Amino acid sequence: MTKQYKAAALISGGLDSMLAARAIQEQGIYVEGLNFFTGFCVEGHTHAIRKKDQNRPKRNNALWVAEQLGMKLHFVDVIEEYKEVLFNPKHGYGAHLNPCLDCKIFMVEKALEWVKENEFDFIITGEVIGQRPKSQRKETMPVIARESGAGGLLLRPLCAKNLPATIPEQEGWIEREALFDFSGRTRKPQMALAERYGFAEYAQPAGGCCFLTDAQYSVKLADLWKSRGTKAYELDDIMLLKVGRHLRPKPGFKVIISREEGEGKFLQGYKNQYISLKTTSHAGPLALLDGQLEPGDLELAARMVARYSQGRNAEQVELEVREKDGTTCTLSVTPLPPGEIQKGWLL
Amino acid sequence: MSTSGEVVTVDARRLLCPMPVIRVQNEVKKSPPGTHIRAICTDPGALSDIPAWARINGHKIIATESGGDEHIITLEVGEA
Repeated sequence: MTKQYKAAALISGGLDSMLAARAIQEQGIYVEGLNFFTGFCVEGHTHAIRKKDQNRPKRNNALWVAEQLGMKLHFVDVIEEYKEVLFNPKHGYGAHLNPCLDCKIFMVEKALEWVKENEFDFIITGEVIGQRPKSQRKETMPVIARESGAGGLLLRPLCAKNLPATIPEQEGWIEREALFDFSGRTRKPQMALAERYGFAEYAQPAGGCCFLTDAQYSVKLADLWKSRGTKAYELDDIMLLKVGRHLRPKPGFKVIISREEGEGKFLQGYKNQYISLKTTSHAGPLALLDGQLEPGDLELAARMVARYSQGRNAEQVELEVREKDGTTCTLSVTPLPPGEIQKGWLL
Repeated sequence: MSTSGEVVTVDARRLLCPMPVIRVQNEVKKSPPGTHIRAICTDPGALSDIPAWARINGHKIIATESGGDEHIITLEVGEA
């Protein structure tokens, strides 16, 4: 009886990993998907927060891809373990705080653990040589295979013909000739293959699934580390960096001001962890205060929040100040004039 | 560990997807077939993500309710 070989596919929800998984399914291999959640994945954050996005289709693309391919998908929570990758990337950061090469090595290493635990035979990814400037280069492909420990068990179906044969190819588990030789940043071969497989719809054709590749997000994360004097963070910290305007008028504290109703609602969930401010005399945003307040800071924050309310031109705006324990008091302040909100405060 | 027929509640309020799915997945892993898992979520994305995860992994959605800002999705754990 012929052995049924099994592969674990790293599924991001984008087109490349979808094609890679399908290419291997086409060769009669049983494939299940793995999706790693670091806390910085764009996928996870985008559905629920901003009101303007609430009418957009709510779906997790990795799940959607798995469903299109008729395969199981396993989420792997790597939030804690990923911190070490982010704090000390052996291969350094990309343009921002994105440790892409270390991240890929880490994920393949985790996939290898999963493959061993679940008695699968090899790992596949949607990597393409030359597709990404940091992690998907001809020189980095062997680094990922070597440093993850996966070695010849790591197969990249979309560019396999440009790389040395892996174990599944050498052993005849799959046919090398039926794999591909894609390279570079062009998306045309992927789109043609998608058409061949009958995929009329697919997400984020050029990747971009991690907040750490975003310049503004990275500035906010670097500010968080600097202000706390440590890189340590919790999931809530990195979620909050995505929401609202972040203004740091002094080194010791930061004001997070909602930009619209959906964000206000989301920030409200943190009212027991942060002092919160809400305008009561006029419609306005909800704000959280992060840090150690000194005398005068609360009033400054209240004046900033008032500035972003409907009462920005009023003489006085009233706000409710809520402490973490639920006690409240009222503040009446003059909104800060626009010129007094300094550019450097906005992160 | 749960026994078949038992109802286990997963509190996934304030969590954004895929965390509610991950919490449900973790509970499913330690529950025998037949267990009902009731996930309470505030991310409306869970209304599509948990059923999608259940479908592809062989579990069955029993009920979905929404009220106010909360959504409750109940699934029955299938055979492994």
